Amino acid sequence: MSFKSLNDPFNEKKSLLHKADCDCPICKVESSPLNPSQKQAEVERSVYESSIQVYGSHEMPEHNSALDSNEAIMDRAIESAVVRSVFGHNEFSRRSFLSMVGAGTAAAVLGTVFPMEEAKAALKESMGMGKLEKSKLNIGFVPITCATPIIMAHPMGFYEKNGLDVSLIKTAGWAVARDKSLAKEYDAAHMLTPMPLAMSMGAGSTAKPFIMPTVENINGQAIVLHVDHKDKRDPKQWKGFKFGVPFEYSMHNFLLRYYVAEHGLDPDKDIQIRVVPPPEMVANLRAGNLDGYLSPDPFNQRAIWEKVGFIHTLTKDIWEGHPCCAFACSKEFAVENPNTYGALLRSIIDATEYSAKAENRKEISAAIAPKNYLNQPVPVIEQVLTGRYADGLGGVQNVPDRIDFDPFPWHSMGVWILTQMKRWGYIEGNIDYNKIAEEVYLAAETGKVMKELGYAPPEKTYKNYFIMGKEFDYNKPEEYIASFAIKR
Amino acid sequence: MLKSLSLRSALLSVVLLAVLLGSWELMNQIPSDSKPMTEYEMLMGGASQEARVPPPSAIIELAIKELSDPFYDAGPNDKGIGIQLGYSIYRVLVGFFFAALIAIPVGFLIGMSPLMYNALNPYIQVLRPISPLAWMPLALFIIKDSETSAIFVIFICSIWPMLLNTAFGVSNVRKDWINVAKTHELSPIKTALLVILPAAAPTILTGMRISIGIAWLVIVAAEMLVGGTGIGYYVWNEWNNLDLASVIFSILMIGLVGMLLDMFLAYAALLVEYKE
Repeated sequence: MSFKSLNDPFNEKKSLLHKADCDCPICKVESSPLNPSQKQAEVERSVYESSIQVYGSHEMPEHNSALDSNEAIMDRAIESAVVRSVFGHNEFSRRSFLSMVGAGTAAAVLGTVFPMEEAKAALKESMGMGKLEKSKLNIGFVPITCATPIIMAHPMGFYEKNGLDVSLIKTAGWAVARDKSLAKEYDAAHMLTPMPLAMSMGAGSTAKPFIMPTVENINGQAIVLHVDHKDKRDPKQWKGFKFGVPFEYSMHNFLLRYYVAEHGLDPDKDIQIRVVPPPEMVANLRAGNLDGYLSPDPFNQRAIWEKVGFIHTLTKDIWEGHPCCAFACSKEFAVENPNTYGALLRSIIDATEYSAKAENRKEISAAIAPKNYLNQPVPVIEQVLTGRYADGLGGVQNVPDRIDFDPFPWHSMGVWILTQMKRWGYIEGNIDYNKIAEEVYLAAETGKVMKELGYAPPEKTYKNYFIMGKEFDYNKPEEYIASFAIKR
Repeated sequence: MLKSLSLRSALLSVVLLAVLLGSWELMNQIPSDSKPMTEYEMLMGGASQEARVPPPSAIIELAIKELSDPFYDAGPNDKGIGIQLGYSIYRVLVGFFFAALIAIPVGFLIGMSPLMYNALNPYIQVLRPISPLAWMPLALFIIKDSETSAIFVIFICSIWPMLLNTAFGVSNVRKDWINVAKTHELSPIKTALLVILPAAAPTILTGMRISIGIAWLVIVAAEMLVGGTGIGYYVWNEWNNLDLASVIFSILMIGLVGMLLDMFLAYAALLVEYKE
């Protein structure tokens, strides 16, 4: 939609015409070298600030400090249109009248003859920006860089922009994250990509339908070994090692199993795999309880920072672009609160796309390092996100997509995870792979929202993968499982 | 002589502390990265960056910083030490209160009635040694609320010492006092309230003292498991960051609060002590 001008119509000092010297937010931003999303944010900021100047923040009941952006612009546009029509679109009479009576009085007088609030609500309703059923949300996260989009959306205002007041609650481990999600303490949560599949099927918990609208990040894990094992770079030498993974139903567990099995070790007999909450990995490695782990960052980089471990391989080199963490909620929540769910989805997709850009990574590192979020040294986070890192073996590596962010939840990813769950005996019997993957991974819906926000989702929802050189054909999951020598 | 003895022992305490802290301070100096570092060394964080046992001066510095603003609130995962301790104390007191509410009447019942004692004893003996944290997953699953679950865990671990001590105290009230009550034809309720309760009070309070100690031990572990708020979560959060100065500081705070809770009940026990 085109705006007349976004200057405050109740401010006699501001013009509502776009003249050459117009200083309204739109004109200012149009002439600046920003990208569209930054322009949008800039417009919102200045609209809000100009309101504050005129009214003083305490006099604006409908504009509290958490200003929801698009709504504010809509409100301003409607106010502006109404005010201008009252004065017959005559700038001079509008400004002289306002300077006589003052903004507050003018707004009050206008309110008695014209239902401003109702007009605003009616217009927003018709534009699909319906009222949020619930604006205060609790979202759980585990303090790892995979949660970057969920976390950075908070300090950088992506939730506020969509009218949400989100409390991000740090969670000690995945089992607790699962239980708190099932108990409805969390409206939505950061999870591992296999978790919503497992929860929906009731594997390892009570069955409750969960949905995974977006993948948080791709890549972003590594196999870290204790510094004493610098001479044991061949997995065949790992017999008897104790490895840590963050959760049974995790890509970490499935990738570690896949990796050692490809090298001829049986993950259940030749090595020991323990479940250790990610934050406790480094302390356990230092104490020698673990010989190594496949964990999410920043704990791989932190082990190097503490000089107790080195990076043996990035998981990106096992499967380029593998999914890792996810943003999930219960089906019930999405059905009961469609508008809130939509607003949340828009925030997360926006944040994920923002995180995907290399030029934003440094700024994000600083935003998510404080105690309230990851509670890690900034240089550690920065090395993970920028991909320029010390590997603990004396070299500096440069891998820009060491961790990457791509919200699209491929159904084929779900199918692959299910094949591995079946391969290692976490689930049994006949499985309708596609049906489960499509019920839990909402690729079509996410694609639609991505389009609305101006991103380019893929055209299809299935594709084949090459993992350590071996092809996975999504049409033949059973044959794929049968093709492995080591399985349960 | 006695005065000089206490004076000398106090002096020795101070000297011991000074020697201990002084040697700790000297052994744990933070190395400095003096020469210019290569990029690799910078990314590795140099020698000064890695986690280590901090010298006492660093802990004191942190304690001053934390205690100068104990009630700051910078979001759901970053609150001051005072707020975190407040959450923990609140959970302990609520759990403890409900435990006392149930343990003391039931303790009376089984103390006064050998039949009830023998009937309930096997259950008590099985349930008593269960580690409170083993209840946690079950509590989370059934109650479906982490706050209530933490309080339940406090409740379940505080109840046994109070129950058994109350029963013991009640059953060991001197028989001639009970007989005197009988000759005065007091009703059982009056006997319980006027004779048995005052006589058993010191034992009951000893049970409460043991309980509050255990409750305070358990809440730290429970909060480390569930996270969110409380002093246990504070320790866990700082441990993730391998920030040992904060961990040691919070350990000292836990010790202090535990001591205060115990002292409070010890003082209450003095009030009800009965000397013949």
